[in-house]
Amino acid sequence: MIGFILTRAAQSAFVLLVMSFIIYVLLGLMPGDPIDLMIGADPNVTTADITRLKALQGLDQPLLDRYAAWLANALKGDFGYSRLFAKPVLEVLGPRLLNSLVLMAISLALALMVAIPAGIHAARRPGSWTDQAINLLCFAGVSVPPFWLALLLILLFAVSLGALPASGMQTIGDGGLLDRVRYMILPTLTLSAAGIAGYTRHTRAAMIEVLREDYIRTARAKGLAERRVVWRHALRNALLPVVTIAALDFGSLFSGALITETMFSWLGMGKTIYDAVMGNDYNLALVGLLLATGVTLVANILADIVYAWLDPRISYRVERGS
Amino acid sequence: MTFSTAHPRSGISSAWRRFRRHRLAVVSLWMLALLFAVVVPAPALEAMLGLDADAVNLFARMAPPSAAHWMGTDELGRDLLLRLLHGGRVSLLVGFTAAVAAAVIGTTLGLISGYFGGRVDAIVMRFADGVISLPLLPLLIVLAAIDPGKLGLPEEITGSESFSLYRIVVIIALVGWPTVARLVRAATLSLRQREFVLIALAQGFGSARIMFRHILPNTASPVLVATTLTVGNVILFESVLSFLGLGIQPPVPSWGNMLTGAQDLISEAPALAMWPGTLIFLTVISFNLLGDGLQAALDPRSRRVS
Repeated sequence: MIGFILTRAAQSAFVLLVMSFIIYVLLGLMPGDPIDLMIGADPNVTTADITRLKALQGLDQPLLDRYAAWLANALKGDFGYSRLFAKPVLEVLGPRLLNSLVLMAISLALALMVAIPAGIHAARRPGSWTDQAINLLCFAGVSVPPFWLALLLILLFAVSLGALPASGMQTIGDGGLLDRVRYMILPTLTLSAAGIAGYTRHTRAAMIEVLREDYIRTARAKGLAERRVVWRHALRNALLPVVTIAALDFGSLFSGALITETMFSWLGMGKTIYDAVMGNDYNLALVGLLLATGVTLVANILADIVYAWLDPRISYRVERGS
Repeated sequence: MTFSTAHPRSGISSAWRRFRRHRLAVVSLWMLALLFAVVVPAPALEAMLGLDADAVNLFARMAPPSAAHWMGTDELGRDLLLRLLHGGRVSLLVGFTAAVAAAVIGTTLGLISGYFGGRVDAIVMRFADGVISLPLLPLLIVLAAIDPGKLGLPEEITGSESFSLYRIVVIIALVGWPTVARLVRAATLSLRQREFVLIALAQGFGSARIMFRHILPNTASPVLVATTLTVGNVILFESVLSFLGLGIQPPVPSWGNMLTGAQDLISEAPALAMWPGTLIFLTVISFNLLGDGLQAALDPRSRRVS
């Protein structure tokens, strides 16, 4: 098991390194460069000044040398400054990563809390009208554009009803728990919609499979209440694929968070990366993207570990393989 | 001497019968047919009405429906109906092109992966897993924001109005292939053990011939299902990128970028936000239901429930 974790960690570190290079190159291909942005404000700059400034920043060096220099600094813990915030990038990103993780964790929890009972309900009577209604709702959930769902929620709850705030994270001067909760409701609903739909379908499929097993027939035959059979005996095994998929899905949760955060001005990683890309803040975008990728990779390793831990057959196979 | 490489098919007519039992899929098929029917002749309608979808009229902003503008005008006084129709053309065009491109890449890699197995399979599948598990949207906005001029692409390509269209197709195809690749790989793995493939191997045919002549035709069902589902996802993805200002660039309308302007005006002109969003939603859900119906029809065993 430890060997397996180490192998996966090494693979992930390698993926992260490759990604850092790819992103570095891509960011270099974005319009303009830092010096262009700097001199935009001053019409008196001469060509000689520009050359000198570029040399000062190392921008006249070949791409590989610049990347190597960046990597050397990064490995020492120096990730550079954010142009938009005039602060070290880690100082900007730290609290924002936390904001994102809070939003993502609550949305994921809500999604699972709705999806598991819904999926079980649908699985118990396949083909019934409730099953069909749940199925249609799931299709709706994966088909609705998330930013449009956010617009509809804003239109209904903020514009028409005036019941909830349309954007931001807290009222200035308030910031109590209740106030923060009010600001969280709409972003959480938006972000959890796709998850609810996806996990309901997975729960339903897994549950139908499990309910056909011999041990379920045995449990029923010995006279257990149907409720106990479903919630105790079947659910345990049906949850395994659902939990794994939820953990493996972390990357798309990040994608959803980018849209949700942008729509609701939630100061998280997604919005920060978007703003950094749009505002030519190369350092911030680079480190933000790597942080998002790194967190996702860690979540994927955790998913593998949880899976192996929940299902002894898996860990046997993996250990023999590694 | 030739051997028949055909294998027993389940038959088009029985597939059609199964498809028709999936009522939602049938409704979706009709809905998509209707959408095509109104969207394709949009330029003709434009000429008939004597309007120009790009004509700005700042004195008739956000006008209600009238005889001249059947659905009213948008925030720049442009005809809403025509822009919706043109946006639909763009969304469907991007959806189909990108989905087909992703299907071609995915099918090729899936075939190679499933046929050769071993190390090749491991590399391709790890790569596919990697693409799927990454936080795609944050990475794609960087890809969408790069300056094509710095890639050395000539000005006449990058400067054209439809460049953003090509770019989004390429970007989506680059990340859309793993789903198809996995399905084709799974089909290839089982087909590879079938008699007709073993006979072809025994006859000494080359790998390429066996893969493309013998195995590929038999993966048509999963490829068709996956491509249909991908079209829906691509349209959804295109709308997100366009909404964020990184997809289809105005003045070319797309359902996604029409919503960018509507967001700020949501309390004054909610209709501007309702129409494009409703159309994206209906189109995407139709493709998803159609894919579901096709799967039920073409691969009856995949249906766990009767």
